[in-house]
Amino acid sequence: MSQTMTSLQRILTALGQKPPDRVPFVLPVTMHAARQMGLSLREYFSKAEYVAEGQLRARDQFRHDAVVGFLYAPVEVEAWGGEVIFFDDGPPNSGEPFIRKPEDISHLQSPQIENCPSMMRTIEVLRLLKERIGDDALILGVVMSPFSLPVMQMGFDHYLQVMYECPHLFERLMQVNEAFCVDWANRQVAAGAMAIVYFDPVSSTTIIPREKYLQSGFLIAQRVIAQIKAPVVTHFASGRCLPILADVAQTGTVLVGVSVEEDLRALKSAAAGKVSLLGNLNAIEMRRWTPQQAEVAVKDCIARAAEGGGYILADNHGEIPYQVPEEVLMAISEAVHRWGNYPLDWVKGDAAPH
Amino acid sequence: MNISLQAEAFEEKLLALDRLSARQILEETLTEYSVLQAVEALIVPCLERIGSGWEQGRVALSQVYLGGRICEELVDEFLPPAAPQRIDQPPMAIAVLEDYHLLGKRIVYSCLRASGFELLDYGHASLEDLVLRTSKDRVRILLVSVLMLRSALRVKALREALEHLSPVPRLVVGGAPFRFDRNLWQEVGADAVGMNAAEAVEVVSRLIKEIA
Repeated sequence: MSQTMTSLQRILTALGQKPPDRVPFVLPVTMHAARQMGLSLREYFSKAEYVAEGQLRARDQFRHDAVVGFLYAPVEVEAWGGEVIFFDDGPPNSGEPFIRKPEDISHLQSPQIENCPSMMRTIEVLRLLKERIGDDALILGVVMSPFSLPVMQMGFDHYLQVMYECPHLFERLMQVNEAFCVDWANRQVAAGAMAIVYFDPVSSTTIIPREKYLQSGFLIAQRVIAQIKAPVVTHFASGRCLPILADVAQTGTVLVGVSVEEDLRALKSAAAGKVSLLGNLNAIEMRRWTPQQAEVAVKDCIARAAEGGGYILADNHGEIPYQVPEEVLMAISEAVHRWGNYPLDWVKGDAAPH
Repeated sequence: MNISLQAEAFEEKLLALDRLSARQILEETLTEYSVLQAVEALIVPCLERIGSGWEQGRVALSQVYLGGRICEELVDEFLPPAAPQRIDQPPMAIAVLEDYHLLGKRIVYSCLRASGFELLDYGHASLEDLVLRTSKDRVRILLVSVLMLRSALRVKALREALEHLSPVPRLVVGGAPFRFDRNLWQEVGADAVGMNAAEAVEVVSRLIKEIA
């Protein structure tokens, strides 16, 4: 089949559990354009125009099917007055947690988005992307789930103790975070985001057992997703989710970002008819792939998960590391364009290209 | 009671985060065995199974962390840090390199202490600070935990800086980038990698023998 659909049509068809013209793919390249523009990462993230331009360049260069209106994960920490640390060679990182002791949760107040310059910049990125792209490609917004945000708010070890040992403080924290998350997501939708990526690594079975998920992250996701005014993509940022995939499908999410640590064929089988999958190229190993290795990895993903639709090819982490060479990203793109055309006849005779 | 059966029961209680029952099993074990024997035959095998269970997707990180903390507290109670029975070892330290994601380091720290080792906790540290403190404390085994890929790649520069110390410390790395790229630890010049906290205990035990 020749490639006749727009990127958005391709993705919507795949999400409808039907085969589009070719396998849709998303490369979340959030930093590479800074290098092309001769900017430091701090400079690049300082202007919405740079970030929007970076996303448009990446789409032209890699011919993928979505853009993302996203600066960096700790934008949401900045909103609460937390510290963000910039590096020359990697994404900005959250600094010292701003909830110093569990009792601080009792007084925590949700911040105003208007008072956070980096969030307002993100809104402007989305507005610019919508202006330039219209309905041609998927425009993604990003939130950190209320259940996973506390890792940056208070540190993972303290958070696990609150989650397991201080139910009242945990409930209070979730109440504040849920209101903030819904507001932040819907501001992005109003600015042009067509879907929201809901990063929720703490809900993955890498971090908590299924029983705990069903009592916590699952219920929170159900409540929050119901209030977001756009389709939601749940992403576990490399965490495992096969044992909870059927549960995740009941949160109202339409697409799930899955880990390279789980077999994509088994995931597809568990997801069939319930939810679509996004993944699962190894974004860390990708840094030293040859173009040939990239092609093999792409073929492998397609063979395992793309038949019948319900699948979008991407990395498994949700952000391509700055160190991944553009040559590798080009090789991924070329492989999808070469091997991803439905009806994928080659898959039937070559189910395991390895 | 057979200690391997007790170990199975102990593991079950750790995974359920049942501190009181875990303590009771340890107390029963101590009626027949010394504290060090109980650490070696009860606690360390449990932590090993929990660690490999996490890597295989059967156990969650919350169970690894909170179960490890229970073990650490129990061992501290029955074998205080200054106890002469603690394992004779060269100076060791652990740190997170240029990052505030401290959980992985905390898990390894607990697991090593629950296995009878003592080590300095440098918290999060810059590369320069880490080299200075390693030199000052004459650390022979340095464990470095990272979450971000850029920090993992910074280990190469750390390795180069550590080469100027005398004696040159052994460098053990761990964290997500090393699990997702199994060759990365060698690329950055580490002496060893721990794919989970229990593996870190194995690695440290081996390096101590090599140094001796």
